[in-house]
Amino acid sequence: MAKKIINQPDQCVSEAMEGFLAANREYVQVEGASAIRVREVREKPAMIVGGGSGHEPMFGYFVGENLADASVAGSVFTSPDPGSILQAAQAVERGKGLLFVYGNYSGDNMNFDMAAEMLGDMGVTVRTVRVWDDVASASKENYQDRRGIAGNVLVIKIAGAACASGLDLEEAYRVACKARDNVFSIGVGLSGATIPGEEQPIFTLSDDEMEYGLGIHGEPGVRRVKLQSADEIAEELVDKLLADSGIQTGDVVCTLVNSLGATTLLELYIINRRLAQLLQERGIHVHDMDVGTYVTSLEMAGASITLMKLDDELRGYYDMPCRSPYYKKN
Amino acid sequence: MNQLNYSQVREMLLYIAEQIIANKPLLTQVDSQIGDGDHGIGMERGMKKAAEKLRSMEEGSDVYTLFQEMGKSMLMSMGGASGVIFSTLFTGGAAGKPASAVLDSQGLCKLMEGGLLKIKERGRAQAGDKTMVDALEPAVACMKACAGSGDLCLMLDQAAQAAQEGMEATKNYQAKYGRAKSLMERALGHQDAGATSTWIIFRSMAEYVQRL
Repeated sequence: MAKKIINQPDQCVSEAMEGFLAANREYVQVEGASAIRVREVREKPAMIVGGGSGHEPMFGYFVGENLADASVAGSVFTSPDPGSILQAAQAVERGKGLLFVYGNYSGDNMNFDMAAEMLGDMGVTVRTVRVWDDVASASKENYQDRRGIAGNVLVIKIAGAACASGLDLEEAYRVACKARDNVFSIGVGLSGATIPGEEQPIFTLSDDEMEYGLGIHGEPGVRRVKLQSADEIAEELVDKLLADSGIQTGDVVCTLVNSLGATTLLELYIINRRLAQLLQERGIHVHDMDVGTYVTSLEMAGASITLMKLDDELRGYYDMPCRSPYYKKN
Repeated sequence: MNQLNYSQVREMLLYIAEQIIANKPLLTQVDSQIGDGDHGIGMERGMKKAAEKLRSMEEGSDVYTLFQEMGKSMLMSMGGASGVIFSTLFTGGAAGKPASAVLDSQGLCKLMEGGLLKIKERGRAQAGDKTMVDALEPAVACMKACAGSGDLCLMLDQAAQAAQEGMEATKNYQAKYGRAKSLMERALGHQDAGATSTWIIFRSMAEYVQRL
């Protein structure tokens, strides 16, 4: 087994949740489910996020003020089951409907859809936003096949703000879709992670190699090359993002440089330095830059850059304060 | 062998669970080649829950509730695409069926056919997409051809063989779903893990009825 600080592989998710709840008293576990929720539930459209574990702090730790109301955690790299999603939904729904926000993967889609069907049968309205920001994972024409990566952070940020602003479910859903449609990410992988209890990493790269577009479950990327400098990596990632998104001179963006787990803040800021230069050179106005470890793939080394194009409406929701143990604004 | 009673169906489903759990290393190994290696882990988790439930259902009179409860246990414990797909294999054709104390070849054939239809609806996979449908569809076709004979042994033996051939054929396909999809032609030469589980399920049913 790969060296990890665990007890039993199949207890990782539940034990980590127990530890999280011990440290963060404003959250409680949804009874009988692998899910956490805010202690005080408000009267508003409720927002549920979730997905496989192993991407911490996404998704579980994005529950909080002006963020999600509950989060459902599957096993490592496996979507949660519909029963857990249903229980989490029922624990926070207050008659104003539900917004599901999660990454676009077939397992998550099927399980969340089943939960939405069950809720529909009970008379609860559910709207679903699948985040598909990874421009390396499918062509522009097939954007609905793209995977969700670090862009989840920004869509959850905006959607959470919209749900908390007094909008009804349909309006909050419209804003969340707009956020999803304006977020673009791409990453680079340097070394792979091992699922707790397994012998082998989910992918391997030679000591001197890296891969553009490598996914957060080890999905193969678009191009494997010899290790490049931080500046070269930032340049290629930004080029790809601008070409795909159509973001251009005069546009306003917020940015996110995200670590996939093992890559350090020291490295992230070197990437961010070049990102800031490149956007300035192109006359793209930067509203806000965020740098941190938000959507990981266990101990994978690598990083991603996310750009979100902002209009006045999205900027308003982006600037609203929010708070969770691992993500704060203001 | 023309029909199974309630306790035989229950034993057959328990045998499927036992066989899937015993083959976890094979499923993990197959899935690690082109998937994320967790298919065996999820199937084991689901089958353990299903077996637990089935063991508590000693008394009963409707064979379809056994399939329903098996599928429900898997759905609520597995997660992942396989949780939905493999639970649907057991529940898809059982939902809404009038209670029956026995299961004959026509009944089992209809059950699996219903499962296949629901799976294709939920997963949107077609034959040739390198999924469990590649093993299930030929197995169901075989059952339909043999069900008229009334001979459960013959029908399941043929279906298991068709599932195996379907599973082998997935080596020749590029994947349309899951992690293997991004591998494109690099997925060639490797069989699909879901198709492998499907084959084990049919082989287990065939083995069980042969031993009666």
